[in-house]
Amino acid sequence: MIRQKKGWNQRLFLLCCAGIFIAALLGITAAGAMWEEKALQTDFSRKNMAPCIQYPFGTDWMGRDMFIRTITGLSLSIRLGLFTAVISAGIGAVIGVSAIMGKWVDGVMGCMIDLVMGIPHMLLLILISFAVGRGFWGVAVGISLTHWTSLARLLRAEALQLKESPYVAIARKLGKGWGYIAGKHMAPHLLPQLLVGTVLLFPHAILHEAGITFLGFGLSPEQPAIGVILSESMGHLMMGRWWLALFPGALLAAVVMMFHVIGNTVAGVLNPKQAHS
Amino acid sequence: MRGCSHRGLGRFLAGKCVRMAVLVLLVSFSAFMLVSLSPVDPLTANVGQTALGSMSPEQIARLEAYWGVGTPPIRRFISWAGDFFRGEMGTSLLYRRPVALVIQERLANSLGLMAAAWLISGGLGFGLGIWAGAKKGGMADRILCFYGLIMASTPGFWLALMLLMIFAVRLQWLPVGFGVPVGVEAEAVTLADRFRHAILPAAALSLTSISSIMLHTREKMIQVMESDYVLYARARGESFRRIVWRHGLPNVMLPALTLQFGAVSEIFGGSVLVEQVFSYPGLGQAAVTAGLGGDVPLLLGITVISAWIVFGGNMTADLLCAAIDPRLRQAQRKGQTS
Repeated sequence: MIRQKKGWNQRLFLLCCAGIFIAALLGITAAGAMWEEKALQTDFSRKNMAPCIQYPFGTDWMGRDMFIRTITGLSLSIRLGLFTAVISAGIGAVIGVSAIMGKWVDGVMGCMIDLVMGIPHMLLLILISFAVGRGFWGVAVGISLTHWTSLARLLRAEALQLKESPYVAIARKLGKGWGYIAGKHMAPHLLPQLLVGTVLLFPHAILHEAGITFLGFGLSPEQPAIGVILSESMGHLMMGRWWLALFPGALLAAVVMMFHVIGNTVAGVLNPKQAHS
Repeated sequence: MRGCSHRGLGRFLAGKCVRMAVLVLLVSFSAFMLVSLSPVDPLTANVGQTALGSMSPEQIARLEAYWGVGTPPIRRFISWAGDFFRGEMGTSLLYRRPVALVIQERLANSLGLMAAAWLISGGLGFGLGIWAGAKKGGMADRILCFYGLIMASTPGFWLALMLLMIFAVRLQWLPVGFGVPVGVEAEAVTLADRFRHAILPAAALSLTSISSIMLHTREKMIQVMESDYVLYARARGESFRRIVWRHGLPNVMLPALTLQFGAVSEIFGGSVLVEQVFSYPGLGQAAVTAGLGGDVPLLLGITVISAWIVFGGNMTADLLCAAIDPRLRQAQRKGQTS
């Protein structure tokens, strides 16, 4: 009994954490969207300042407030991550579930999954970005087209298993159409998986967005993206301006971690097997 | 593993090889099509706008024929793939040398780095995962879980930047970048020099790749420890060490092997970023340069080579599993006799 009570508390604790994190992420997104012009403001009277109370993250060589730049960059990353993760999850759902349409379709889809997984992620992003012609759309298209594979695999396995399950077979024998079965028997199993998979896609999408932007394929240098900030800071590390790289990256890691925790919490809450723990 | 239960080892191998060849062909085809989609005009990119303006129409037509402007991408692909198959990968536009040579040189630098990161992250991740999973809920488990979460959230290149800042700029223990010391002749570079230059990139790469294998192994280990056979072994009075060694290890090893060989692709991707931070002259850095500079032959060459490496890793995992797993061995023997 005592263990059960403790477990319930842990569940509540995780839910509270997730709630706080969601609020924090929303706050960052909103603040960044509002500060977009402020982030580009240069003021040469305050350049190269180490972190202080007025500028908690310091300022760069053009006198831009690094705190505001970082928040704006994160906001951009979160919005781009949401956008690409949702599209990617959509692709994954279509490809994964279409596996039940027959052996031939399944074979083609499996081949597509292997194909996308066969090229290292970063290299595929470079290729797609090159094909689209770099810039914002290069990143958006690249990340949307490359992150669906693991989710598609998961949903495929689940859908195939469902198709073979006794209750689906019985429903077929009772003369129910595929539409009915899909809505009544498959969706309740697949939708939670899809939701969790989508949330857990964000961290990857955001990290890869930062990476590809860092390499110089993504957003233009005027955009206050985290990748741009970090790649600019490389030239200034040698002069001991550590704050240019430390804080933006640490905050990015924190944002990604919040997404991880939210995803795991959602997974735990939706999983009926863990409902008692 | 799937699909091999009713075939002999020979047929299993042959099937894998055919599948791999088809996939590599498909990868090269898609990569080629992607690159042909690019709005970058090969003439203006390689000859230059001003030089083009001063040329006669005949010269431009000759150049267009050379670069394959106007030829459908399918025909260009066939001629490129045919050359590639014979070992002619074309000439890199940026390095002005045969692509095969550039890749060979870069791969030699990268392979050491990637192999080190792969071995360190695999070995450490597996060991730590078993430790954490065997003592679920303990102090070590909590610390390792937290570490795994942090590392899964940290961009590898940022960690590389931090290492660079601490160990190279502040403490000056290790070199700042590049594969060899600056201003030293190629012959004078010792193995120790190369090693010193590879420490930081390899560390950044291994530290971030550890988390997935560690968390996965932990998960599997917890399943094993909660299984009926471990309960029975406990009831028989087997020691904890023996349970982990005899029951845990063999059951956790196979999925971990598959995962770690599958992680080759992730490590390759990570090395692209880490090499960029350290200006390490590896394959990843060449890919970035080729992508930014529009060096199509080099970019395609690197894509195909990396696909071979990734599929090779997956196939090695399948083969090792088939060789180690007694269940699969038995299934194959049955398949041969029936």
